[in-house]
Amino acid sequence: MSTSTTSTRLSDPHAIPDRPEPRPFALVRHSLQLARRSLLKTMRTPEQLLDVTLQPMIFIAIFVYLLGGAIAGSTHDYLQFLLPAIMVQTIMMSSTVTGTNLNTDIKKGVFDRFRSLPIARSAPLIGSVLGDLIRFVVAITVTLGFGYLIGFRIGTDPLQLLAACLLVIVFGFCLSWVSVLIGMLVREPGAATGLGFLVMFPLTFGTNMMVPTDTLPGWLQAWVKINPATHAMEAARALMLGTPDASGPVLKTLLWSAVLLVVFAPLAVSAYRRRT
Amino acid sequence: MTAAFQAEGLVKRYGKTVALDGVDLIGRPGTVLGVLGPNGAGKTTAVRILATLLRPDGGRATVGGFDVVKDPVKVRRLIGLTGQYASVDEDLTGLQNLELIAALLDYRGAEGRRRAVELLDQFDLTDAGGRPVKTYSGGMRRRLDLAASLVGRPDVIYLDEPTTGLDPAKRDDVWNMVRNLVTEGVSVLLTTQYLEEADALADEISVINHGRVIAHGTPAQLKHIVGGQTVVVRPLDPEHLPAVADILQGIAGVAAESPSRGVLTVPVDGDAALGHVVRQLESASIPVLELALRLPSLDEVFFSLTGRHELEEQAA
Repeated sequence: MSTSTTSTRLSDPHAIPDRPEPRPFALVRHSLQLARRSLLKTMRTPEQLLDVTLQPMIFIAIFVYLLGGAIAGSTHDYLQFLLPAIMVQTIMMSSTVTGTNLNTDIKKGVFDRFRSLPIARSAPLIGSVLGDLIRFVVAITVTLGFGYLIGFRIGTDPLQLLAACLLVIVFGFCLSWVSVLIGMLVREPGAATGLGFLVMFPLTFGTNMMVPTDTLPGWLQAWVKINPATHAMEAARALMLGTPDASGPVLKTLLWSAVLLVVFAPLAVSAYRRRT
Repeated sequence: MTAAFQAEGLVKRYGKTVALDGVDLIGRPGTVLGVLGPNGAGKTTAVRILATLLRPDGGRATVGGFDVVKDPVKVRRLIGLTGQYASVDEDLTGLQNLELIAALLDYRGAEGRRRAVELLDQFDLTDAGGRPVKTYSGGMRRRLDLAASLVGRPDVIYLDEPTTGLDPAKRDDVWNMVRNLVTEGVSVLLTTQYLEEADALADEISVINHGRVIAHGTPAQLKHIVGGQTVVVRPLDPEHLPAVADILQGIAGVAAESPSRGVLTVPVDGDAALGHVVRQLESASIPVLELALRLPSLDEVFFSLTGRHELEEQAA
């Protein structure tokens, strides 16, 4: 940096030789950089991962050993039925963290800096959602690992298991935009968590996660059948256990994911633009 | 010459509250414009509009000739922002913070790191660069925040109350950094509540209160607005105080005041007054320890300006 110059920058733009030129694929690069930031933050504060590590283990243990015998007649059969669905539930609950973190960032003024930089308005949001995918990976690893330890076995092959994991991550990614929207709309991080859980409870528990759909009262069956989470859980079960046929639920899950993304991502970005 | 940044008739309302009520500001290239005003005067709102973070409800603002509403991306390429509350990421290290901003400004990996390391060095943070920012002291954080706003070598820097909450030594550090920026040709908008700070750094000052600019000028001009200068005399021997008081009263026509022990002051008009004081002290053979002609302090300027403004408001 030249320190001897007394000419002003604006009158002589060539006075600063080493300012970088804008490069292509800016949105992708900037979003990935901001995803890296989320990742670094998560690694710095591993206690933030409690909800995707301890929580699924506790849920599995409670449901399987407390209710499994009564519901399925055997804890092992129930574990097979429950585990793919718990994987989906964990990811759905975990997606609420993104909105809370974003709300915190905005309150702390970190985003003012980003907003004053020549990057796309959506980049910090996309970055946060992408960075939080690591939480989904941890959730799936822990759920499968713990499940395997207490006797869960897949009925298909590793490739279909991988497909199930990817499908669940895609679903979680798209669902995260609901959480982002919530994070943009509420004033306090605590409110984002509260509201996020309020939305996720009927979505996760209003499914056939714990019991078969046909044991439910009619009005609840109606909800369960249209609930996108049900399709994701069915798809995970089908891909991991081999029954029922996977193609229907997988397709429905992908469709629902696309709908969630197309509806909520633009809403979240526009709420972010309005928020100051 | 075009302005580095300019605001014309900016209006911003929050519900029924009028934060800005027709603010005009102009920053000349390579100078510091001080925006001086109490809390809630509208300083931060004006900065946020000039930084494209907020859309004005009326009026227009440009940076380097680009409209902040129509051409925000071009404006963002020219500016650096240091917020009132240091907006760096507490969980990341100093180096990671600067590298992230470099990457977002399209520096390539190695270049970005070089720029980050260079800035850490420049702001005396090399040793702390590997530590999370949450372990930094207030002064270190402020320095990092300033460094973060400089990564892209901006033409225009907004410093929104950069020294609020810093102790005097740290404040001097920040002042020196601001002076260095100006020697490099950067144009600065500095908001402050401290008259001393505006006086020390700003080439021109706009005084803002209740969302309006109530005075503008160089520090010296502002001091002149309030009028008179003051002669200060401290005789070597306190025995001479009554004699000095008589001389001063004879010249100024009003009784001298004693703001502190052993010192007499009197307001005077015209530049000849000091000469008279010197000659009469000499002929009376009164040795003096201190003899000065000073402009009113910016505190006095500010209070008389805001006081007058408030009176006008009440009359209206």
